[in-house]
Amino acid sequence: MINRLVFENLKHRPVRTLLSALAIGVQVVLMLTLVGVSEGMLHDVAERSRGTGADVIIRAPGSSILTFSSGTMDERIVGKVREQPHVALATGSLVHPVGNAFNAIAGINLAQFNEMSGGFQYIEGGPFTEPHDMIIDSVDASEAHLHAGSVVDFGVPWRVTGIVVPGKMSRMFADLKSVQDTYSSSGQVSVIWVKVDQPQNIPLVVDEFKKLLPGYGVWSLADYVSLVSADNVPMLREFTGVVIGIGAVIGFLVVFLSMYTAVLERTREIGILKALGASPGYVLGILLRETVLLAMVGMIAGIALSYGARALLTQFAPNFTTIIVYSWWPRAGLIALLAALIGAIYPGLKAARQDPIEALSYD
Amino acid sequence: MTDGAIIEARELTKTFHVGDVDVHALRGVNLSVARGEFLSVVGPSGSGKSTLFHILGGLTPPTSGSVMIEGRDLIQMSDADRTSLRKKIVGFVFQKYNLLPTLTAEENIEIARDIAGSPARPAAFDSIVKLLGIEGRLHHKPRALSGGEQQRVAIARAIVNDPAILLADEPTGNLDTQNSQVVLDLLRRLNHEFGQTILMITHNPEAAAYSDRIVHMRDGRIEQL
Repeated sequence: MINRLVFENLKHRPVRTLLSALAIGVQVVLMLTLVGVSEGMLHDVAERSRGTGADVIIRAPGSSILTFSSGTMDERIVGKVREQPHVALATGSLVHPVGNAFNAIAGINLAQFNEMSGGFQYIEGGPFTEPHDMIIDSVDASEAHLHAGSVVDFGVPWRVTGIVVPGKMSRMFADLKSVQDTYSSSGQVSVIWVKVDQPQNIPLVVDEFKKLLPGYGVWSLADYVSLVSADNVPMLREFTGVVIGIGAVIGFLVVFLSMYTAVLERTREIGILKALGASPGYVLGILLRETVLLAMVGMIAGIALSYGARALLTQFAPNFTTIIVYSWWPRAGLIALLAALIGAIYPGLKAARQDPIEALSYD
Repeated sequence: MTDGAIIEARELTKTFHVGDVDVHALRGVNLSVARGEFLSVVGPSGSGKSTLFHILGGLTPPTSGSVMIEGRDLIQMSDADRTSLRKKIVGFVFQKYNLLPTLTAEENIEIARDIAGSPARPAAFDSIVKLLGIEGRLHHKPRALSGGEQQRVAIARAIVNDPAILLADEPTGNLDTQNSQVVLDLLRRLNHEFGQTILMITHNPEAAAYSDRIVHMRDGRIEQL
């Protein structure tokens, strides 16, 4: 019967109920989208690293794990690497940030890169041939509305010669020497990609490179990909925590206000229940059950909205690769539920402590 | 306690503190109600009727004196004890019906049972509903019921847990003459046919005439026993 009362109470004020649930849903979608974007972008970095076809990756000392554009090293190291036992292929690339914070152009030796990765699949046009030619993947092309023949200004004009299928290291590619010369990095590369003759030799090659290049970042690709996680992104955990905290405060305030107005509005009904012998716990239980139901509806709405948010981001900001992180559904739901329950405590206690005579005389 | 009395109040006082002023609502009430009696308490506004109703119903504690209900001393009771009293020993009927607007008539009756923790409907439930003439109105919400029907549902709710005492505060105060007569007839039948002890507060002498005995209150005291 108490569940019936809870359900009818929520149904009695449908707009307030829907808005409260929606606000909790916004809190949930905020968490799920943030986690979905951060996990999605990291997943994208890992996938694009795998797309190079390399077995081992070498980075300059002190360079960031997550961005190929940080830190450079002498291009002649590529030659030394190539001479080592069990190395089938080695190629260097220089990744230079251009445009917004999420874009970079990768200077590559096209022939070597094709040999290692299996080559690009062209959706439009073809490979770059001239010094300021570039190819671009379909994600960036779609976002910037570029086609073969378009010209992009990254300090100097670059002509798009081809649109390729995404998934190989970067989103924009040009000739290594052109990128080096254009961005004052002659003779420099930021990543060396290595293909090993036999998979079982990968650990041996990694160990040898660590001895050969002390201080440099040397990882097997499998190890490198495992390092691409939120834990290794500076301040990402903190940022996520702050956003979740803000979301929780929103949920708390919404439920607090919603339940507070509900308690005021239902003062007389609370008096009736108390006159019938309802204990403070019974009255508090009604409010808490309503809150749990609101939080559950909000959680379902939030999960549904997170699919909408992903669709919007895919449409309008394809660079923000967003994935649905199922493991965060219960976490986001629990956080939303706790925030809502904390928000309901004061109104609930106010209702539970209501004097029945005063409550019954309330109009 | 008088032999056979279900309510026994002796020198019962209640003082409210309103700002710096003490308001003496009850000034030494002595009252004895026998089991199965239908008693009316009549008096003008401010005579202390409602305060007596609230104390006997366990809605507020007395200031001094003694008041025994079903052998329990209210003066010794904690808030939890008074909650238990309201749950099992007394049933209320109010002037404004006080039904929960979001529940149907049947659910309004059922929730009283739920609060009391009664596992099943009492055997007399169907006959009570029939007696009150609300069997065809059980699935309607209060807004779809007339005042008389709402009050009959409120009576059903008050007696569903088979309380020792039914306390009615101006039960006909919001009803027209015809519905008042129906409700008062029902209270009398409950008293006669089911032996229900009823204490009714009213300022209406015609309503009071339905009871077995009438006591008058004035200035916080019972004038006539």
